Amino acid sequence: MSSHQVRVSNLRVVTSDAADRAAVLVKDVSFTIPRGEVLALIGESGSGKTTVALALLGHTRAGCRIAGGSIEVAGTDVLALGSRQILDHRRRRVAYIAQSAAAAFNPARRIMDQVTETTVVGRLMTRNAAREKAVELFRSLALPDPHRIGERYPHQVSGGQLQRLLAAMALMSDPELVIFDEPTTALDVTTQVEVLREFKRLIQERGTTALYVSHDLAVVAQLADRVVVLNSGEVRESGPTMRVLGTPTDSYTRSLVAAATGREAVCALRREVAIAASVGVSGRGDLSEPLEPLLSVDGLTAGYGKVDAEGFPSAIALRDVSLVVKRGGALGVIGESGSGKSTLARALAGIVAPAFGTLRLEGQLLEARMERRPRKQLRRIQIVFQHADAALNPAHTVAHILSRPLKLYFGMHGTERNERIARLLDLVHLDRSMAARRPPELSGGQKQRVNLARALAAEPALILCDEVTSALDAAVGAAILELMAELRRELGLSYVFISHDVSAIRAICDEVTVLYAGQVVDSGPLRRLDDPAAHPYTRLLVSCVPEMRSGWLEDAPATLGQLGTARLDASR
Amino acid sequence: MQVILRLILKRLAAAALTLLLVSVIVFTITSLLPGDAAQTALGQNATPAAVAALRLKLGLDEPAILRYLHWLSGLLSGHPGYSYSDGLPVSALIAKRLPESLLLAAATAVVSVPIALTFGILAAMYRGSMLDRTLSTTALAMVAVPEFLVATVGVLIFAVKLRWVSALTFELDHPSLREFLRGYTLPVLSLCFAVVAQMARMTRAAIVDQLRQPYAEMAALKGVSTSRIVLTHALPNAVGPIVNAIALSLSFLLGGTIIVETIFDYPGIARLMVDAVSYRDMPVLQTCAMIFSAAYLGLVLIADVCAILSNPKLRRQ
Repeated sequence: MSSHQVRVSNLRVVTSDAADRAAVLVKDVSFTIPRGEVLALIGESGSGKTTVALALLGHTRAGCRIAGGSIEVAGTDVLALGSRQILDHRRRRVAYIAQSAAAAFNPARRIMDQVTETTVVGRLMTRNAAREKAVELFRSLALPDPHRIGERYPHQVSGGQLQRLLAAMALMSDPELVIFDEPTTALDVTTQVEVLREFKRLIQERGTTALYVSHDLAVVAQLADRVVVLNSGEVRESGPTMRVLGTPTDSYTRSLVAAATGREAVCALRREVAIAASVGVSGRGDLSEPLEPLLSVDGLTAGYGKVDAEGFPSAIALRDVSLVVKRGGALGVIGESGSGKSTLARALAGIVAPAFGTLRLEGQLLEARMERRPRKQLRRIQIVFQHADAALNPAHTVAHILSRPLKLYFGMHGTERNERIARLLDLVHLDRSMAARRPPELSGGQKQRVNLARALAAEPALILCDEVTSALDAAVGAAILELMAELRRELGLSYVFISHDVSAIRAICDEVTVLYAGQVVDSGPLRRLDDPAAHPYTRLLVSCVPEMRSGWLEDAPATLGQLGTARLDASR
Repeated sequence: MQVILRLILKRLAAAALTLLLVSVIVFTITSLLPGDAAQTALGQNATPAAVAALRLKLGLDEPAILRYLHWLSGLLSGHPGYSYSDGLPVSALIAKRLPESLLLAAATAVVSVPIALTFGILAAMYRGSMLDRTLSTTALAMVAVPEFLVATVGVLIFAVKLRWVSALTFELDHPSLREFLRGYTLPVLSLCFAVVAQMARMTRAAIVDQLRQPYAEMAALKGVSTSRIVLTHALPNAVGPIVNAIALSLSFLLGGTIIVETIFDYPGIARLMVDAVSYRDMPVLQTCAMIFSAAYLGLVLIADVCAILSNPKLRRQ
């Protein structure tokens, strides 16, 4: 028996098309995990990291198959297992913790039934023993009310709690290997810290052997003993975590590390340039003259549902929010899920009518509802959504997508329009030949550029950006941010940049507003984020952004719970 | 539970309003039908005086609005007037026919719903396999073959040649099981042909849709067998669309069975209605139309309540 709990050699996964057209998703990947160690599989989307992880469970997604190599987990040859034995393998030996617990739990069944399902069905334990064990795991994962939480349905517990319940489900059979597939990516930063901390403690206490799949180097640095870097299905580099992240030898790994660490430094530089540029733009007139704000929001209250007698909607998402966007400025709006930041974007765009408050664009009152705004005002404010996929019609060519605002706002036709489309593609650094393509033929980054180009086609003064980089890989997102900074410099645009990502805000904004539960808790220039006198919630948000040094998790700040919502409430 | 009660009350109120509108539409359309009950009843050779006398007796010379109000108040009090053609109370005609139709519908539902669910679930469980393709093709073929063909061929083979079953379905007061089977097998099977396919296809689609959800993959990854994933994970989430498909099919069984009733000489309510059309027997026609509408609304309401009960998010709000 080897001391290695997991041994993967020359694993090859291909798409199961006709053999001559089969694309190779995973090429000759080999690695081992010694008992009791945590190995991280690092890669961007499309690197094949989840495909490798699923192969350890003997599973491939529809349209893929394992074409070669061997996988051994705790002495078992996984690829030789029959369909019955595979079920047993998954029930006893390998457990999987998915990225989104909210999606991984069945919405129609009680949590306890789902947590104990396979141990009971597989006769590993009696129902009562399984329930007792589950409660014990709930308790050790610091879940509230461990005796009763299992009786709830998934929608009745929070995202962070669900992620921990998923971990409890994985640990029910004391598996030989636990696979974590981006288990904290879908969580807010403040929740992520709590969950990571629980995971780390559990791994250490139980001496768990684990495979941790992630794109986030800073998270990996907290948990993994060793790392394997994957790119396009190939291993680029592997070794002890601190060695690989500290002194990467492979060019791809270096670019990943640079994207993660260098971002701050590069951002700082770019910020200086941007501020200088905005002064340049605004400074054409008399510098001492106070600048008229581009957009001012005063006492905005908005929400959803029925409106009561006093005019308040039944579910209030924003309460008395005021903010100002300077001409040529970039205002960052930070908040976690449920903070009301998306509602803010929708209220500014006129999609959600505010219950109270006024919006002014260049001093002129804006109608609350989009339908009632004159076309000129509509043109001046454009919105760019998070999911370019959902925002672009897959049946239209890029040229058609870009031509619509040109026709609507400027009545452009023929060669004039085609020239303008070509110039727009130049602006977002896309090749002019892209005009003939359709969105499904483009990469995620290219789609987001088209999305941006469509907003630019209207020649707006203000662009509302709702989490525009959140669905993109770090390097691709960084390139989009770079492009946005450049456009702002060249065209004198203003941005309202809404994000949960503190480092993205740092990269592009010069002012910042922090939203918590629908209210502004803090606002000021960007340096407010590092101001010791900032609101406690601001400081918490900033300190919860993982850093790549080992030991950061241990030094990480108090959680939201410990911070005390009372203090937050008091400050409202 | 309060949510459900409030929903039921709300929907009943809406249904009442819908039925009122339907009654206006039904009355208007039937008034627009060419021909005249008095003329039809007395035949081509009747004297104009006789026709006028009968018109007076039937109240056909009253203004339409008055006739509508008379009929509506009668309907509400359970006495929707008298048949123009044979003078019997409409309620008596309906009381004789409706139970027959309900019996046929119930027998068909008892046979077709389990078959459809089994087909749909099996096809979803083994989707893409030979079994799935066979079941899907069979279902399509069944819905494509017209009922009269199924029924006629069925009669030719099983009643005429083999003499296993009866070609006609007589009214039987207290039929024995054997008599019941002899009389009902063919009409029930013909109707099953028409409704199984739609329900099976909807069931398959609803379950396959759920099997694409991440929770189904998670269940597979924790070692749950395929059949268990389909039955205990996907099915509870697919209840909503499935019960809706069933409700639509069952509502067809009440009003849309005219062909089968005619072929088997079955005394159901669909034939009552079609006969009423040919005799210009407005009170019967209008009442039948109202019954079908009410049954449809009732079934859809039941389906919606089932869908809500199956969803813990909606159930507990």
